[in-house]
Amino acid sequence: MSRSSVPVRVAGRGLAALAFLMLVAPLLLLLGSTPANALTLCLPKADESACIAGTMGSRANPIADVDVILTKPDGSTETQTTEDDGKFAFEVAEPGDYLVGVDPDTLPKGSELRPAAEAGLRGPDGALKVNGVQLGRSYAATLTVRDADFDDSTSTLDEILQSSVNGIRLGLLLALASVGLSLIYGTTAIANFAHAEQVTLGGMLGYLFVNSWGIPLLVGGLLVVIATAFSGWFQDRVLWQPLRRRGLGLTQLMIVTIGLSLALQYTFQYLVGSRTVRVVLDTPTVRDFGPVRITNQSLAAMAIAIVVLAMVGYALLRTRIGRATRAVSDNPALAQASGIDTDKVIRLVWTVAMGLAGLSGLLYALVTNGIKWDTGLQILLLLFAAVTLGGLGTAFGALVGSLVIGLVVELSPLVIPGDFKYAAALLILILLLLVRPQGLLGRAQRVG
Amino acid sequence: MDDIQNILQAMMRVAVSPQTAAVAIAVIGLNIHFGYTGLLNIGQSAFMLLGAYGFAISITQGWPLVVAILMGLLVAFVFALVLGVPTLKLRGDYLAIVTISAAEIVRYVGRSVGVEWLFDLTGGAQGIPGSQYRGSFTSLSPFGSGNTTILSFNYTDVAGGSVVVRLLGWAVVIGLIWMAVRIGRGKTSLEGTGRTAAIIGISAATILLAFFLAPTGQQNTGVDGWWFTFIAWILVGISLLIVLGLTKSPWGRALRGVREDEDAMRSLGKNVFAIKMQALIIGGLFGALGGMMYVLPATVQPDSLGRSITFFAYTALLLGGAATIWGPVLGTLIFYVGRIFIIASANTYLSSDKYINIMNSQQTSQFAFILVGVALMLLVIFRPQGILGDKRELRFNV
Repeated sequence: MSRSSVPVRVAGRGLAALAFLMLVAPLLLLLGSTPANALTLCLPKADESACIAGTMGSRANPIADVDVILTKPDGSTETQTTEDDGKFAFEVAEPGDYLVGVDPDTLPKGSELRPAAEAGLRGPDGALKVNGVQLGRSYAATLTVRDADFDDSTSTLDEILQSSVNGIRLGLLLALASVGLSLIYGTTAIANFAHAEQVTLGGMLGYLFVNSWGIPLLVGGLLVVIATAFSGWFQDRVLWQPLRRRGLGLTQLMIVTIGLSLALQYTFQYLVGSRTVRVVLDTPTVRDFGPVRITNQSLAAMAIAIVVLAMVGYALLRTRIGRATRAVSDNPALAQASGIDTDKVIRLVWTVAMGLAGLSGLLYALVTNGIKWDTGLQILLLLFAAVTLGGLGTAFGALVGSLVIGLVVELSPLVIPGDFKYAAALLILILLLLVRPQGLLGRAQRVG
Repeated sequence: MDDIQNILQAMMRVAVSPQTAAVAIAVIGLNIHFGYTGLLNIGQSAFMLLGAYGFAISITQGWPLVVAILMGLLVAFVFALVLGVPTLKLRGDYLAIVTISAAEIVRYVGRSVGVEWLFDLTGGAQGIPGSQYRGSFTSLSPFGSGNTTILSFNYTDVAGGSVVVRLLGWAVVIGLIWMAVRIGRGKTSLEGTGRTAAIIGISAATILLAFFLAPTGQQNTGVDGWWFTFIAWILVGISLLIVLGLTKSPWGRALRGVREDEDAMRSLGKNVFAIKMQALIIGGLFGALGGMMYVLPATVQPDSLGRSITFFAYTALLLGGAATIWGPVLGTLIFYVGRIFIIASANTYLSSDKYINIMNSQQTSQFAFILVGVALMLLVIFRPQGILGDKRELRFNV
């Protein structure tokens, strides 16, 4: 990621969700550290006061003796000079919109305040807007300093290259999950809304095995895949197969997956809380390939994804069971009539699909440096967009769709505000349905 | 007994809350989509959010209340058109995927801080505080200021509030609800107007008795006060009347026809696409109305009207009974009251040193959500018709 640090107004959930949108790993570190800093200096009291706190410079390189100026809603100002640790904390007594700026003369020579990345938070003279302050809460004002002659205009080509690599990385991780989603759809016609929770489950189990229990990453990773694959087998055994036998309608099945998704999400929240947990704690090593910067973890994740996807592709095209799967996907009744045990195939599809989703979640947690109860939810819609884009039920379509969606999500911030990158991916889906409802690789057949 | 009385009071507060009524209105809309027409709309929260934005932003721009309400409805109308055109000709699951995607787009755009003019209108994730748009509605209140508790006497006035009186009272409440449900399901000889009258009479008696057993007092006009409650439930009543009229009309029969067999409807010369589009729009307008009512006592926060509201709405609808008139309201009441019952009971009994302490206060509400999810699954599997519905009506497939 080229943008190393983005000043963001921290309002708990707001930042957490935003951080995931940006996929900026350093922000997650920041998330863990900022509230603690603020708490040591200022404690908000319910209905009495709120805190606006932050650090000048970075935690590693704090900047001392800077006059930080707080402008209150009524226009009056308050000034604090930072200590050696670079921290400042204002206790304020009234709700409203505040401005946090600095006295430029007190900044180290040749440096200036970097304006907020988000236009909505930019105040006059490089100050940061802290809007909608409510009593009883803490707000982080992240002020970033840069060299005055700093040039942040990297060449457009470099940016496109970097974003494309990120896009392919995201696309490959999405593909791991969406191929399974598509296979399930193809063989059972269920649009599985709980697929996202399998992705989260993969990351959460990674956290449990590797981080909490201290199992080495490779072994732990393998265990994660085995455990999630088993959960798929188990789900089909106790839930989906009995429901198939009962003859429950597809609409009803889709609502069952929604209920399952809801129950699982809150089970994660119940057990782990709403914080972000990490699988491995050490900072990833970064490598530069020309203009492209990528972590070792990302490289490994991409390699694993490519190998696994190639294996799935080979199995589908060349093995007996793969051909049987495609037969069931094409026409279940005909497949059964020609001697294929459809229940067995579907059981296998659930097992493999859930294992792939778990692997995707584990890799996603490694690459983005953390996993949260709603991480899966964040990418569920991208998965559906990818699957629909490629053509519902076609495994290779899901692969192509995932890569397209990954690239759109990572490249679109170059032209539109970063907040809208997920929206852009979904918009493309809706537009595609207008012109080619069967998806990119789907066969033109009546779908209505 | 004090603990139990506290839990009951909490349930009562939720039962009369204008936000519960607001969700009921949105569920009535969802019932037109899902129950009557078989459209799997998983983006009802977006209709609510857009209605709320249209309403609140219009007022912050200084437009009058009536115009603001029309704006909220207009935004939802346009949204329904945008959603319907690409998807209503396709199989039902496309509509599901597109509606949930579109709902998320609306939420992302609403909480975006990247574009200044947009941020100025929506306030990003913090949203638009209620104080900025509530004024013109509050000032219409004829109720004046002060506090009112419904019914001037309550259980404490009878036999000193003895346990026996209260137990007996709640037993009668449950019995009355059971009676109303039986009549609603057509298990009695009552028909037509008599049936409706009986249901309304029993409901009124139940409500009065519940107020007697769990006295509920609030401000007359302030936020969440009686004025908000009154208007919200009046709107629920009007919505029910509209749906009653619509579904008894030839158009309502066409809706059911589309749900049961599209091809048959086409062979009768009906324009299935147009019927579905009309259903999507009308249900969406109810969603927008519910959204406006939902934010009146609160703030327009995009995250508070996200996916979970849609899932709640489905649970409530399936609980009450899809494709029934009273199902949405009954389901919403039972859903919200039941959820607060789980949370309050867990808070009282599972999260305090007085009894058992196995979860913290955040976990109690998450616990309730888990149960909601499980309940949704079990409902669909074992009783897809809910409390009031007819199983034969819910055999459809998209």
